[in-house]
Amino acid sequence: MSLMEVRDLTKRFGGLVAVDAVSFAVEPGEILSVIGPNGAGKSTLFKLITSFLRASSGQVLFDGQDVTDLPAHLVARRGVVRTFQETTIFRDMTALETVVVAHHLRSTSNLAGFFFNTRTARGDEARFRDSAEEILDSLGLGAVKHEPARSLPHGHLRALGIALALAADPRILLLDEPFTGMNQEETDQAVAMVRGIRDRGVTILLVEHDMRAVMRMSDRIVVLNFGRKIAEGSPEDVRNDEAVIEAYLGREDDAIGV
Amino acid sequence: MALQSTGLSRRLLIAAGVLLVYLVVVPMILVDQPYFLGVATTASVLALISLGVWLTFYIGRINIGQGAFALIGGYAAAILITKLGLPYWLALPLAGLISAAVGCLIGLPILRLRGVYFAMITLSLTEAVRLFALNAGFLTNGATGIVNIPTPEAIAIGGLVLVPAFAEINQHLAFYYLAALLLIFGVLLVWRAANSRMGWLFRSLQQNEELATSIGVNVAGLRIVAYAICCFLGGLGGAFFTISQQSIYPSSFAVPDSIYFMLYCFLGGLGFVFGPVVGTFVLFISFELLHGLKEYQTLLYAVIIIALMLWLPNGLLSLRLPGARPAEPPRGGTAEKEA
Repeated sequence: MSLMEVRDLTKRFGGLVAVDAVSFAVEPGEILSVIGPNGAGKSTLFKLITSFLRASSGQVLFDGQDVTDLPAHLVARRGVVRTFQETTIFRDMTALETVVVAHHLRSTSNLAGFFFNTRTARGDEARFRDSAEEILDSLGLGAVKHEPARSLPHGHLRALGIALALAADPRILLLDEPFTGMNQEETDQAVAMVRGIRDRGVTILLVEHDMRAVMRMSDRIVVLNFGRKIAEGSPEDVRNDEAVIEAYLGREDDAIGV
Repeated sequence: MALQSTGLSRRLLIAAGVLLVYLVVVPMILVDQPYFLGVATTASVLALISLGVWLTFYIGRINIGQGAFALIGGYAAAILITKLGLPYWLALPLAGLISAAVGCLIGLPILRLRGVYFAMITLSLTEAVRLFALNAGFLTNGATGIVNIPTPEAIAIGGLVLVPAFAEINQHLAFYYLAALLLIFGVLLVWRAANSRMGWLFRSLQQNEELATSIGVNVAGLRIVAYAICCFLGGLGGAFFTISQQSIYPSSFAVPDSIYFMLYCFLGGLGFVFGPVVGTFVLFISFELLHGLKEYQTLLYAVIIIALMLWLPNGLLSLRLPGARPAEPPRGGTAEKEA
């Protein structure tokens, strides 16, 4: 069974149909990329799936259950966790504090328990700290864990965003343009990082502009244009798809980066 | 480790010293000066009310409406005692809870607003509650207010008198100690909230609500929790004043009071649990001592608030007073430059 199924998902802003009856499925353990030119509706789709926006119609099924109209924090609790662009951070927390806080979903104690510092709450805190250290080390942030987030460089912030999301124990991780503004070398590292996350058993759904990275790492690709899905398939299929070439990639094959 | 433990024992020492002065030395000196004892009592309860405002700042909301909840608590206590005949000791916590419940109801819609919009709504809340008190005569006696409220009765279990009736002892001293106990309770409550995981979650709201949502934090629910605690402390303080003054009027808490509560927080420092307490005592007591200033008081308040924003945006406690420890890293000019 698919891990996530998007069915006829539609979002209208007044007269504009930003996402128009888009359907696709995400299989467990795959890396699925959503690509499309500017204004294709990628970001809107992203927000609809994570309930940061209400859908006009259509459904999002996660693990067979309808999560379309759940509040965003409850969708996150099911295991659908998104990242943001790197400017969205807890500015005044250190990297370690950020990731410890982000373990919130894994709490076994409730708020009152934390208030009265019960044994369960202390156990949670200790576990969160260990796990946060482990996550930061695995993403190469071990050396800067005591730095406040606001003073970290962009590359580290992006890794911190992913660390934050991993702390929330996702089953599917939605990455919002993880390669934007990276040079070749940084992109290579980031691709390796995303693959590493998938190897931890986390399914990946990402929205991205950087064709080269997307073609290299995705198991499958969904292409949007003007809110509609115009193609879906392996990187090979998409690369050769007439509609995609015409609508998005341009006339020349080398625009795809191969 | 050694450093940490000396830091801890130093803090404990300071806390013990402050408590000694607050609970023993001050009452001993002022025992025969009811006026100044009253000033200290009032400052304690104003600090309690301001602590609530501080907590709403802590989740990133500018709250200029605490007067509304002090008024609600004040009226709740007065009505519970005079109309329902409840004992004072029951009416006091109940008034706080009623105020918190009203806070939840009002907070549900308005806490969705941010920044200046939330501030404006809360500003008008105080006036709205005052007008309600003025016009709901069946409940509040309108402009006449509720007066002649009896002083607290004794608490006795069997034959053992735990707390004597206030009328039979030095009332000013009794109210001073009650105020002190309430303030200590309030500080412990807010301190624990700010320094447990709850505090981390509050800070995550303050810094980025969307990001907090994405890691599964129930942002709306948590905002209500913080606001309910805020309104509870406001109601508790209002109920105290109803009893200590044996009366309550629609004008007992007005818009300027709400603004002062906010100002006390600013003055002490938004990054410190003790900020509102220090701010209240410094500002309220210094103004009581400078009685001649009365008509220029507001002007001076304004000058102070402007000066604070300019030169001391993190409050008095950011001056590294002994034992002061920021509950969050200080924010301000330097942070902006680094970004």
